[in-house]
Amino acid sequence: MASLTLSQLTKTFGATHALRDVSFTVAPGERVALLGHNGAGKSTLMKIVLGLIAHDGGDVQVLGAAPGDRAVRRQVAYLPENVAFHPALTGLEQLCTYLRLRGQPVRDAMGLLERVGLGHAAKRRIGTYSKGMRQRVGLAQALIGTPRLLVLDEPTSGLDPVSRRDFYATLDGLAADGASILLSSHALTEVEARTDRIVILSQGMMVANASLAQLRQQAALPIQMQVCARKGVADRVASSLGGVRFNGSTINLSFPPDQKLARLSQVTALADLVKDVDVIPPSLEDLYSHFSKQVRI
Amino acid sequence: MNAILAISAAEFRIAFRNRWVAIAIAMMAVFSLVLTGAGSAPTGTLGADRLSVTVASLTSLAVYLVPLVALLMSFDAIAGEVERGTLPLMLTYPLGRFEILLGKFIAHLLILSLAVAIGYGLAAGAAIWADPRASAGFPAMLRLFWTSLLLGAAFVAIGYAISSLARRPGAAAGLAIALWLVMIVLYDLGLLAAVVADDGGRFTTRIFPWLLVGNPADAFRLYNLAASEATAAAAGIGAAAHAIPAAHALASILLWPLLGLGLAALAFRKVTP
Repeated sequence: MASLTLSQLTKTFGATHALRDVSFTVAPGERVALLGHNGAGKSTLMKIVLGLIAHDGGDVQVLGAAPGDRAVRRQVAYLPENVAFHPALTGLEQLCTYLRLRGQPVRDAMGLLERVGLGHAAKRRIGTYSKGMRQRVGLAQALIGTPRLLVLDEPTSGLDPVSRRDFYATLDGLAADGASILLSSHALTEVEARTDRIVILSQGMMVANASLAQLRQQAALPIQMQVCARKGVADRVASSLGGVRFNGSTINLSFPPDQKLARLSQVTALADLVKDVDVIPPSLEDLYSHFSKQVRI
Repeated sequence: MNAILAISAAEFRIAFRNRWVAIAIAMMAVFSLVLTGAGSAPTGTLGADRLSVTVASLTSLAVYLVPLVALLMSFDAIAGEVERGTLPLMLTYPLGRFEILLGKFIAHLLILSLAVAIGYGLAAGAAIWADPRASAGFPAMLRLFWTSLLLGAAFVAIGYAISSLARRPGAAAGLAIALWLVMIVLYDLGLLAAVVADDGGRFTTRIFPWLLVGNPADAFRLYNLAASEATAAAAGIGAAAHAIPAAHALASILLWPLLGLGLAALAFRKVTP
């Protein structure tokens, strides 16, 4: 059974449609990235899943119950966008409070803080923390107990690259243990490598819901190839491949995905003239702009 | 229950760090000592023991100060969480909104009881030190203590309701001060004006006592005065104190904290994170 099921979820604020007919599921152990521009409805969707705001239409099932149900809240962890804490408390005190609220032993607090790399600052007031450190307190509280669903709104904002990598490694561990993860992010490159499926929202509508490979197939965006020619033969290579030459020795080619193998064998045929070749599939950024532009209201 | 106490512990720690505990205690202590000093003059002429006179003075002080301290502690409770952005996360934890209120309520009531106990304790100590007969006023002092806590509890709860309705700390602070002014100062003045204008008519005999007992601050004053003959002599509304049964005043100060919490719960439920 899916941990999270949205069917035709609809939410309006006055005349604004924040979400229209959004339907998707998140299975146990699955990591799903929710992408969209600012105001696309990501945070609204998350708040509905958490039971913080009510939805107008459609149905939401979280761990088999209504969102916000107390038994459900015990098993759902949340990391809000721009997470905030009271500045007068220390990281350790804040985490102890959260542990007690979840009915977990407070002796776990230090271990959780060390897990997110905050052990050294545990006894300092949160008011003295940097944004990245506050974000880590937020991550630490989301790891309390063994949540079956994690809802993470921009979890890596404010984190340095090494902390981001550690964070995704932690998520991998949780997912391997069967937790479902729904996260939103603006950092498309990290989402690309570390999630199983991508849901793209645009103006409140779901415009994509598939794995990265499937999205590439659906979009059929042109593949780029960069061929690096040997000295003095760049023009010959360019004319025989039909590409555009730039910066001396490099030739750029762009072609539909189904021509990939044919193009590669063309290049191999010119092996004597070619120094190197790179095949660049459409990036998530390209896919994202492709799917986001599809909506016409 | 553990979750409620976790909220209380965090709230108490925050109040302690923000000097609110110190401020509340200092305010109660300073005013109590000043009143004890000022109240020492008429002791001989009244024939009452020193502590009973202190209680009478403290009653008049508490009517102003206890609601003020209570509102100052509570106005930020919800609006502050909304402003800091800490509310959404807390609401996703497995505890109800009423439990959050109750957790904060316990912490604020604890701070208030510390402040009142220290303030009154100092005043009582001074009275007993100056007058060996003062122990006769001890029951009155005890009554003043727990009724002060009930009065404070009512205004802490009303403060939460204001905090939930205002949503912003600045607006909540303004509303809290306005409420204090209306309920503690203007209410009595308004009633007094109405009684004078009515000149002993139906309003004075039928409606006025209910209006008086309906205000928790007035009920608090009436109950403490009615329960203590010695202090009634020292107060201006002694006549009113006799017209209203002490049980009605007691019921009012017992009900107001519950009513306040009910209002706070209703208002907090409407806050969308």
